[in-house]
Amino acid sequence: MRLVVNKVSVETGPQAPEMTLLRFLREQRRLTGTKEGCASGDCGACTVMVVEQGPDGPISRTVNSCICPLGSVAGQEVVTVEGLASDGELHPVQEAMVNCHGSQCGFCTPGFVMSLASLHSEQAALLEADDGERRHRILDAISGNLCRCTGYRPIVEAGFQALKKPAQLANIVQEQGEGAPFASNETASEAGNGYYRPATEEALQQCLRDQPTARLIAGGTDLMLEATQLYRTFDVLIDLNAIGSLKQVSVTSEHIAVGAAVTYTELERTLGARCSELMQMLNRLGSRQIRNRGTVGGNIGNASPIADMPPYLLVLEAELIIRNSRGKERRERLIDFYRGYKQTTLGAGEYLAEVVFDRAAFEEPLKLIKLSKRYEDDISAVMGAFRWRADGSLAIAYGGMAATPKRALETEALLNRSIWQREGELDQVVLDLACEQLAREFTPMTDVRASADYRMAMAGTLLRKACRALVAERVGKATEPGVFSHA
Amino acid sequence: MRKLTDSRPKDSASVLASGRAVAHESARKHVAGAARYIDDLPVPVDLVYVATGQSSQAHARIKRLDLSRVKAASGVLDVVVQADIPGKIDVAPVYGGDPLLAGDLVEYVGQPIFAVAATSQEAALRAVALADVEYEPLAAQLTVEQSIAADSYVLPEHHLMMGDPDGELMHSPHRVEGEIYVRGQEHFYLEGQIGQASLTEDGGIHVISSTQHPSEIQKLVAEVLALPFHHVVAEVRRMGGGFGGKESQAGPLACLCALFAHRLRRPVRYRMPRRDDMVQTGKRHDFLNRWQVGFDDDGRIRAAKMVLAGKCGYSPDLSEGIVDRAMFHADNAYYLNSASILGLRCKTHTVSNTAFRGFGGPQGMMAVEAIVEDIARALGKDPLDVRKANLYQPGRNETPYGQAIEQHILSDLMERLEDSSNYRARRTAITEFNRSHVCLKKGLALTPVKFGISFTAKHLNQAGALLQIYTDGTLLINHGGTEMGQGLYTKVQQIVAGAFGLSVERVQVSSTRTDKVPNTSPTAASSGTDLNGMAAQDACDRIKADLLAFAESHYQVSPTAVRFDNNRVYLDKDSMAFEDFIKEAYLNRVPLFSTGYYRTPKIHYDRTTAKGQPFLYFANGAAVSEVTLDTDTGEYKVGRVDILHDVGQSINPAIDIGQIEGGFIQGMGWLTTEELLWDDAGRVISNSPANYKIPTAFDTPETFNVALYDRPNNEETVYHSKAVGEPPLMLAISVWAALRDACASTTDYRFSPRLDTPATPERVYWALRACEAFNRSNEQAGEVSE
Ligand SMILES: Cc1cc2nc3c(=O)[nH]c(=O)nc-3n(C[C@H](O)[C@H](O)[C@H](O)COP(=O)(O)OP(=O)(O)OC[C@H]3O[C@@H](n4cnc5c(N)ncnc54)[C@H](O)[C@@H]3O)c2cc1C
Ligand code: FES
Ligand code: FES
Repeated sequence: MRLVVNKVSVETGPQAPEMTLLRFLREQRRLTGTKEGCASGDCGACTVMVVEQGPDGPISRTVNSCICPLGSVAGQEVVTVEGLASDGELHPVQEAMVNCHGSQCGFCTPGFVMSLASLHSEQAALLEADDGERRHRILDAISGNLCRCTGYRPIVEAGFQALKKPAQLANIVQEQGEGAPFASNETASEAGNGYYRPATEEALQQCLRDQPTARLIAGGTDLMLEATQLYRTFDVLIDLNAIGSLKQVSVTSEHIAVGAAVTYTELERTLGARCSELMQMLNRLGSRQIRNRGTVGGNIGNASPIADMPPYLLVLEAELIIRNSRGKERRERLIDFYRGYKQTTLGAGEYLAEVVFDRAAFEEPLKLIKLSKRYEDDISAVMGAFRWRADGSLAIAYGGMAATPKRALETEALLNRSIWQREGELDQVVLDLACEQLAREFTPMTDVRASADYRMAMAGTLLRKACRALVAERVGKATEPGVFSHA
Repeated sequence: MRKLTDSRPKDSASVLASGRAVAHESARKHVAGAARYIDDLPVPVDLVYVATGQSSQAHARIKRLDLSRVKAASGVLDVVVQADIPGKIDVAPVYGGDPLLAGDLVEYVGQPIFAVAATSQEAALRAVALADVEYEPLAAQLTVEQSIAADSYVLPEHHLMMGDPDGELMHSPHRVEGEIYVRGQEHFYLEGQIGQASLTEDGGIHVISSTQHPSEIQKLVAEVLALPFHHVVAEVRRMGGGFGGKESQAGPLACLCALFAHRLRRPVRYRMPRRDDMVQTGKRHDFLNRWQVGFDDDGRIRAAKMVLAGKCGYSPDLSEGIVDRAMFHADNAYYLNSASILGLRCKTHTVSNTAFRGFGGPQGMMAVEAIVEDIARALGKDPLDVRKANLYQPGRNETPYGQAIEQHILSDLMERLEDSSNYRARRTAITEFNRSHVCLKKGLALTPVKFGISFTAKHLNQAGALLQIYTDGTLLINHGGTEMGQGLYTKVQQIVAGAFGLSVERVQVSSTRTDKVPNTSPTAASSGTDLNGMAAQDACDRIKADLLAFAESHYQVSPTAVRFDNNRVYLDKDSMAFEDFIKEAYLNRVPLFSTGYYRTPKIHYDRTTAKGQPFLYFANGAAVSEVTLDTDTGEYKVGRVDILHDVGQSINPAIDIGQIEGGFIQGMGWLTTEELLWDDAGRVISNSPANYKIPTAFDTPETFNVALYDRPNNEETVYHSKAVGEPPLMLAISVWAALRDACASTTDYRFSPRLDTPATPERVYWALRACEAFNRSNEQAGEVSE
């Protein structure tokens, strides 16, 4: 397969399906500026830019190269820290990092530089932004980068300083036009090395028929950890990212359909912009690098009890559209999809195609509350989702409270047959009963993220908080701002 | 040299000597990805990779070890067990007890049992999983409490005594007692542990290691291979972070590389995957601290009895010094009047804990910082007033270990910080805020730090340097200190450049190597610049003395009329370019290189009497932190931090501020979100950055004011500066104290709940429930008395 690295077109030769972009860069291209700090997507030392051709010119996105399969960037353009300086002149971000004393041991530095350089490519769009908005964008850009030395203050300052200088994306990417590799739409499958990147669902189905042992990969932010943490190999990977029909978000007056391979970044842009609760939740899901790669389908498909999207989708009473290698389609309610810890109803040859829910449900009052040890880029200890339906009933779901993401059906029933609020006042007795019901309905675990007792207490607390906020919003009463809302 | 060069160094416009915010010597390389770490070095075609097979048991005898499948695995070149080690098996830094590979006894989950060399890292990592090990499990002791109950320690206890604490306690008008469990910390240096070794033509070893202690690496490699020391060279250019985690922990990697290099006669690299690093290498010690304290109506401590029990893990490693330092800092900045401080070194079947920025000091301080707050709540005072009332001052200046505090900085420093941070006005505003908010509560705390500088092991307080001047007027400095991001190389570069009036780029710092400067101390205990800067300065002075003598005889100028400045040498009224002067000196056979040496004066400590002067001086600082917390969930945010910190006369303010900010945030992580956890079988379950959470940029307070308290060190340190590496970490205790303050607000400041660390949202939540329980029992008591 071919790709472009720092403006140079590269033919990779045969590669194992699990070969990561990071290892390829460091071991085969000797581009050692990109570092490995964890090989699990958590530290950002391996951050590189992947540049795609957008309608108005190139768009850059940061990815964790340590868990990005090489095959997934076939035909695309990658920029590493070595590719930023032009004619010996440091990139504005690099210059600012030196001026602000933004590096100490320097090991995290290339990753920060890439995250900030990617943000910097949007410099023109940020010209109008005020300092608060800039700060928000800088923190967002580096949310997946850990630094153990500096305490971040000088790095954030370097971000501000660099944003005063004009963007330079054009300098660091290949000239566009005929022959530009990312325009060639080459797929890795042509290299025939166990990594397939079909461009249509028909081709995907063909692949699934031909390769019964194949595993599906979307963002790889979950699957690739098997390779980098457990040292597993894969026979065949089928990458879903080139299939346009799986990458669409469609909004009609009745329904909303989200393609399984839609990334969180794309979801932020589309649905997040219409729902601030969703946006806030997405903003804390993984990091910017993870959101650029991770997909909704992967979040459902891995059946993790602590995945953040399912509680939300459960309260929306979403349905899954599942297709198989023969092109046969079935619809299943998400609530019926989970069968046990990391188990789903997906059969051989089946894949998730879309998640569908009612537009009306999407627009109803909603609360999504995530609790984690660290605010940013942390897996939920408890995730609560609460939707107040137009008929006055509540839909409630939790992550982190059971072996799968789970609706609190019995608690819902109890609340929905009682009057839990009257003219904006909550009935605490009813809520107390609801919390007792939650304790019967859920038996959470103690693990590295939280104790069972805390989880149980929080299930009730989040329910009360959500009810308080939903009711206050309805009657137009001010609630106390959260700890983080003024940050 | 037959003919001298005519090339001249290119100088930047300004001559940057000491006291200036010079950029880190590698900054431009860092940002360009051009700074090389060990894993970035060119890969020789025959490079071999290492992985270790690890114990799955916390404590067990190995009954059978079958490695046949490992040996047969694809890519495997060699497999070694303990019996294959030709020389010494023990690679412990001080007291012994750390076998390079376990024999028939394993004492923690993750302990290396055998090692594999293979043609790729993946092959090595896959192969180690194929071992067939049969264990006979033994009873495992996993906690400090279990160790104390079993009276099982890795080293004997140590006891500091001052005055008559029992008598004073009895006669104190007020008493409190309490305890706190302070969890340890994973270093999480961004560059994991790594080493590389190759064979020299003499059958010796050249080892490149990410280590804070190259001389130790040299020694261990020589001992393991039974080689004379002069056949082993250890080298380190830079580390991607160390924080104490590469003081003793880099040793086993270097030794295994050397062992395989020796056996296979091929270069060997061993890079630990992050998960192995988090499981197999030591961390900051957990401490269980207990106390009984007596105090007077003003909140002054009259007697303090403390027990500090450190979780050492299965072997001593550096725990002697670490628990000592915890004890030496159990007073923090406060005069205790009479004290008994007992230090216990608990043995547990967990990885052997090791050095981490502060070296036990932070854990010791946590005890007394909890105490002063409890006193304040008992007396209804602002904790700041109790802290101030207890500060060391003239007349009340004896520490429990007998050293008198001579430079009294903290009252003034805290006073200034109190003003500049607007502490009193904010206190009033916060109390008001807390009255008017139900769910959100704010907390505020100003805490001091006094941290003793010097190694507590006296012989380590020495350093050497080697300075060379070349005939083009450029200089090369080598010293025993290592660069891990703290800016040591930059400061030494500035010191040398300053001594000769040169711009910094004239001075090159090169990798630290045991064949340049021998028998060096670890770069630790914040002492890097104090020791190596002085040694470098000594080398400058020695060369200068020769140059001055030369100037006198050759140019007939008095030495007092010779001045080095602006890259020139001023000889009375004349001047010449530095490089011309150097050429002339060379032609006149003046030696242009010298070693330099420094040993710290004054320090001594007698373990039998537990008295002495273990520290040359103290570094001081204080921080004010403000937090907002959600009483429903325990979540919180640190909103504002103000710091005033004493670095003496700063050699490089930018680097010093970087150390302060970075140390603070690292300390904040330790006390807030970084939670080390083990399961009941003794497995580390916080074994990845996915479940061990160090702060991100979002956690850094938006308002973060850091200022230097500019006052020269009283002692004769380099440029009268002070060490800055460790002390700022403990400024973060103010965050923990602010969280406790916010909790206390829910009891109208009558009660401070116990708040073990890290104070995760969950722990804060339970602390708040304890406050509720306090309120309830008080109401009931109120009802009863009515
Ligand atoms: C650093 C880090 C932080 C993270 N933070 C969070 C977080 O805050 N919240 C959270 O919920 N998750 C988090 N995750 C987990 C992960 O990123 C998400 O679950 C993500 O949505 C997975 O999507 P993906 O496309 O990367 O999945 P992949 O890794 O590509 O796939 C995951 C699994 O789903 C299967 N799969 C993928 N697509 C389909 C499909 N269309 N049909 C059938 N099966 C499919 C794959 O075969 C695989 O088994 C984090 C991960 C990392 C590494
Ligand atoms: S190496 Fe840490 S995120 Fe990739
Ligand atoms: S500079 Fe060392 S980790 Fe960031």
